[in-house]
Amino acid sequence: MAKKNAEGYLSAKEARRIARENRKITNAFEKQRKRKKVPESEYLTEMHDAGNAVEFDNLHTYFYTDEGVVKSVDGVSFEVPIGKTVGVVGESGCGKSVTSLSLMQLLQRPQGQVVEGAIRLNLGDKAYDVTKVPNEKMQELRGNIVSMIFQEPMTSLNPVFRIGDQVDEVIALHDGEGKSKAEIKERTIELLKMVGIANSEGVYRMFPHELSGGMRQRVCIAIALACNPRVIIADEPTTALDVTIQAQVLDLLRNLKEKINSSIMFITHDLGVIAEMADYVVVMYAGRIVEKGTADEIFSHPAHPYTIGLMASKPVVGQKVDKLYSIPGKVPNPVNMPNYCYFKDRCEMCLEECSGEYPREIQISPTHFVSCYRYYDGKQSDADKRKGEQ
Amino acid sequence: MRKFIVKRILLSILILFCVTFIIYALMRALPTSFVESMAMQLAQAPGSKPYNEWLDQLNAAYGLDMELIPGYLTWLKGAIVGNFGDSWKYSMPVLQKFNEVIWLSFIMGGIAFILELIIAIPLGVIAATKQYSKADYAITAGALLGISLPTFFFATLLKLAFAVNLKWFELSGLVSRDYPQLDAWGQFLDKANHLVLPIATLVIVSVGSLMRYTRTNMLEVLNSDYIRTARAKGLSERKVIYHHAFRNTLIPLVTIVGGSLPGLFSGALITETLFSIPGIGFTSYTAMTAGDIPFSMFYMTFLAVLTLLGNLISDILYAVVDPRVRIA
Repeated sequence: MAKKNAEGYLSAKEARRIARENRKITNAFEKQRKRKKVPESEYLTEMHDAGNAVEFDNLHTYFYTDEGVVKSVDGVSFEVPIGKTVGVVGESGCGKSVTSLSLMQLLQRPQGQVVEGAIRLNLGDKAYDVTKVPNEKMQELRGNIVSMIFQEPMTSLNPVFRIGDQVDEVIALHDGEGKSKAEIKERTIELLKMVGIANSEGVYRMFPHELSGGMRQRVCIAIALACNPRVIIADEPTTALDVTIQAQVLDLLRNLKEKINSSIMFITHDLGVIAEMADYVVVMYAGRIVEKGTADEIFSHPAHPYTIGLMASKPVVGQKVDKLYSIPGKVPNPVNMPNYCYFKDRCEMCLEECSGEYPREIQISPTHFVSCYRYYDGKQSDADKRKGEQ
Repeated sequence: MRKFIVKRILLSILILFCVTFIIYALMRALPTSFVESMAMQLAQAPGSKPYNEWLDQLNAAYGLDMELIPGYLTWLKGAIVGNFGDSWKYSMPVLQKFNEVIWLSFIMGGIAFILELIIAIPLGVIAATKQYSKADYAITAGALLGISLPTFFFATLLKLAFAVNLKWFELSGLVSRDYPQLDAWGQFLDKANHLVLPIATLVIVSVGSLMRYTRTNMLEVLNSDYIRTARAKGLSERKVIYHHAFRNTLIPLVTIVGGSLPGLFSGALITETLFSIPGIGFTSYTAMTAGDIPFSMFYMTFLAVLTLLGNLISDILYAVVDPRVRIA
């Protein structure tokens, strides 16, 4: 989109043109979104597989920035089966969080827009395409059917309200019909106990600044679980916590998932955490899925060179190495993506075909998919040979 | 909290002594001397005593023959029991003169301040929630215009438009010529009519900064993580902005509001002069240029007390709106 001059800076004329184009496109999206009284038939849809809680289908989420269009999520498709945990891994900026925010409709609008594709959310008796659901309806889904645990527990709670009020609020909003204040409070305290806060009566009356990071994350989890959601998005819930607290929080999530039988979409860049938590793993790179499969397949037989690189760059207990492996190069500039495989410039296993267009998704087992030329017909043996050499 | 307040009040008293002493020292060091100009005048009368004799006599009469510290202590002794002496310039007790002019300025300042809050905070919130929209650009441009226009220029423009051309309001002064003939309600309306333009000037030139301040704070709050959490809970946008975000925006605003307490009493020198309104700003300025030490001392001390009180109030309000600074 944006042509840059030799120094890589945008000329004023160029910037104005981009801003104008962006406004035109985003205004059209906003207008579509601002319509009042959208009939339900417009966003009613059917799940492809009734056993899935969420289906992402060819999702494209773009950000119209002043420097050009950033294709944060560019054709992502995967499923979150009911009662299972799907781990989404990838480097910073690869589109993991944007994928989840698209599901919540919490993108930074008007710059961020879902341009194409569908996110089908299973409501039991019916299914909605979240990308088309109007705001008022979305407010009923958020925190109720889909809820989210954020990365930064230290700043995720409102500093001026008491913990109890913040948990009460979400229960009163979605579950509060016919419940008295005392009943809501009772439910909050029960939730606080459930997430392992011992002094729950006391914490109910405390302010966020009186709690530690781990405790605040427990409160955030309590808020997320308050209405027994079908899908919980955990966006790097343990990144800001130290390792002991991290283990406790992961245990807690695992146990709670079994208790209320919901699906978890677990976003992280910590492979250790994924190995512990996930049933299925989706590996993202620069806005696209490069590989997806069961946790076992991804960890025991990584197929995409990027996944192989990721696995090689994690330290192994008991193994001494001089220098930990790291994938060479850096993530390409998100504004002007090349139209060949995004990983090609960093890939150590390139083939001649890699200069061609972006590789399509290849199925290498019933559950294992990879986007790489090395697995195109006839290349399989070649690839295996290379893998053997490693 | 009570311990904190008592400590702050005691500290404020100490600061007040230092402040009044500095003001007294500065007043004594002023190049304009009330006594000198009076002696000059008296010496010029035919058959009068020479200037030097007059000066000595007047210095003794006005207590200026004392050194700095004894002079200050004499003033302080009176001030503690509430006796601020007589104004030299206005030849009447300081408190009486002050009482005469302060209420007009206070009413003007108070109305302007309330209007400022009513206009600036909602507009700032709207500008922030609709960032980069047409409404936002209009509000920020208006605010910038208000900040940039000098008072004297803007007041003159207003006079030209509304007093000269449209003849809606009076050009200057506080009352019309037929004021004594009017009944009570008419007198009130007459005064109100005269005050519209000065208050409008005060509001427009000062509303911009508060509006921008609100907008900046609101934007910062709206981009914070807990607002995303509030949205993720499924709260309506209204609730997110006016319940979750606004409470946090109040925290920095309270400091500004508490700090503007002395501003209510200090009067607006330029506006009052432009509209020939005999308020405290104009009166204190005249007293100062005439070297009227008792009046200036009282006025400055009064403002110092208000400033200290304003700080204390904003600290207390801070604790009210922000649980993180509450002291057990």
